[in-house]
Amino acid sequence: MVQQQATFSIWRGDSAGGKTVDYTAEVSEGMVVLDAVHQIQATQANDLACRWNCKAGKCGSCSAEINGMPRLMCMTRLNDLDLTQPVTVEPMRAFPPVRDLVTDVSWNFRVKKKIKKFKPRKPDNPDGSWHMLQGDIDRVQEFRKCIECFLCQDVCHVLREHQMYEEFIGPRYFVYTAALEMHPLDTEDRLPELKQSQGAGLCNITKCCTKVCPENIHITDNAIIPLKERIVDRYYDPLKKLFRMFRPKSEG
Amino acid sequence: MIRRSLGQTSRRDVWWVWPVLVFLGLSTFIVYSTWAAFQGRDYHFGPYLSPFYSPELWGDSPHSWFGPKPGWWPAWAPFSPALLILWAPGGFRLTCYYYRGAYYKAFWADPPSCAVGEPRKSYWGESSLPLILQNVHRYFFYLAAIFLVLLAHDVWKAMWFTDPGSGKAHFGIGVGTIVLAVNVCLLGSYSLGCHSLRHLIGGSRDQLSKAPLCAKAYQCVGCFNRRHMMWAWFSLFSVGFADLYVRLCSKGIWHDWRIF
Repeated sequence: MVQQQATFSIWRGDSAGGKTVDYTAEVSEGMVVLDAVHQIQATQANDLACRWNCKAGKCGSCSAEINGMPRLMCMTRLNDLDLTQPVTVEPMRAFPPVRDLVTDVSWNFRVKKKIKKFKPRKPDNPDGSWHMLQGDIDRVQEFRKCIECFLCQDVCHVLREHQMYEEFIGPRYFVYTAALEMHPLDTEDRLPELKQSQGAGLCNITKCCTKVCPENIHITDNAIIPLKERIVDRYYDPLKKLFRMFRPKSEG
Repeated sequence: MIRRSLGQTSRRDVWWVWPVLVFLGLSTFIVYSTWAAFQGRDYHFGPYLSPFYSPELWGDSPHSWFGPKPGWWPAWAPFSPALLILWAPGGFRLTCYYYRGAYYKAFWADPPSCAVGEPRKSYWGESSLPLILQNVHRYFFYLAAIFLVLLAHDVWKAMWFTDPGSGKAHFGIGVGTIVLAVNVCLLGSYSLGCHSLRHLIGGSRDQLSKAPLCAKAYQCVGCFNRRHMMWAWFSLFSVGFADLYVRLCSKGIWHDWRIF
């Protein structure tokens, strides 16, 4: 890419309100949106607030909405965008704005505290250790890739459009719950909460969360739908209920 | 936060194209399959039976299991063998996890696409009536599995052509045989990638290593499941085309070529 100028429409404001302001930045080969934001911050708007840390797509700090889609600023290359039009950079819509591109994501951490913690079975060995096979842990390891960028929470219309923060924990915490629930050592039962207060039934499988995940976690197919199926097992499937009468103790 | 209205978004891409294509694709299939189901004729040709009419429980063709239209069928109600059975595969697709996500977007704009404004304030999801009934999906899968076996049997029967002179059946392959066989393969690839099946066959276990057969089956279903959307569309097209092929052959519009 030859060095050129591009316009960035960046949302400026705070919890009281705000508007987009146009800035022009010099862009060159290899730049990402975060580079442009830093350049604007250094040369034109020293008070522009943005959260960032690793610039490598691993810390999950620089989440924003670029041209209307939730993305990490550090992983969005400028040569993938149409620079003939202004590039819009807005804060995540699902969370209250603090200032400019920084949002208050503390709701997520409060939700996390409500989820029942890991509760392993009794140790397999006298030294307090367990036996686990890699094959049993493969499924869970996909979920451990999550960097908690909250882009999935931001794009989920149950939170974004319907603001059901009290009834629904969001894709990130279905992934978290699935990682615990499917763990071969875990013995805790989280299905009653998942069905009732955490709103697994509110997900209508739009797969938007999967689409925006920078770690390519198959959130819907591998976490949410399997949890929904476990809820069906427990609460909606009469044959399974009958089956449990003869095999009351489940595996795991 | 100010609620966005229907279609309001900062997205620059043509986000509306996919929902429109889904709307057109599913609408075309629903209109055609409903029309074909109500016809009650031209659904068989030689050894071929349209998948919309299989199994033919009651009907006038040689494929019928229990003979012609039953006497208890109300005189005022239109009769077609397809009406007796199409609810099962239809229910399987209606409650399928992939189609659910697709038609919520395309038909109900809930949401129209990711990060795009919606028309309604209220939202119940699948946690209350009527959408809580989507949880019946696994039972429709059981029925769909039976249909797969029956359709595979139809392919076998589609390999035996009766000689008009002698009345004897001879083994052969026609283009129709291949159309029906490809249809069963695509329907199988779609059905065997079902999320409910993946759960039932092994996904419900936390220690798959304790059940090696389940682990293998889980992997196999997972292979189909990873392309569930693709198989859903391919099989939808193929089942519609298989009916169209048999129908046009039956009407004499298309000629069924015998390969051998």
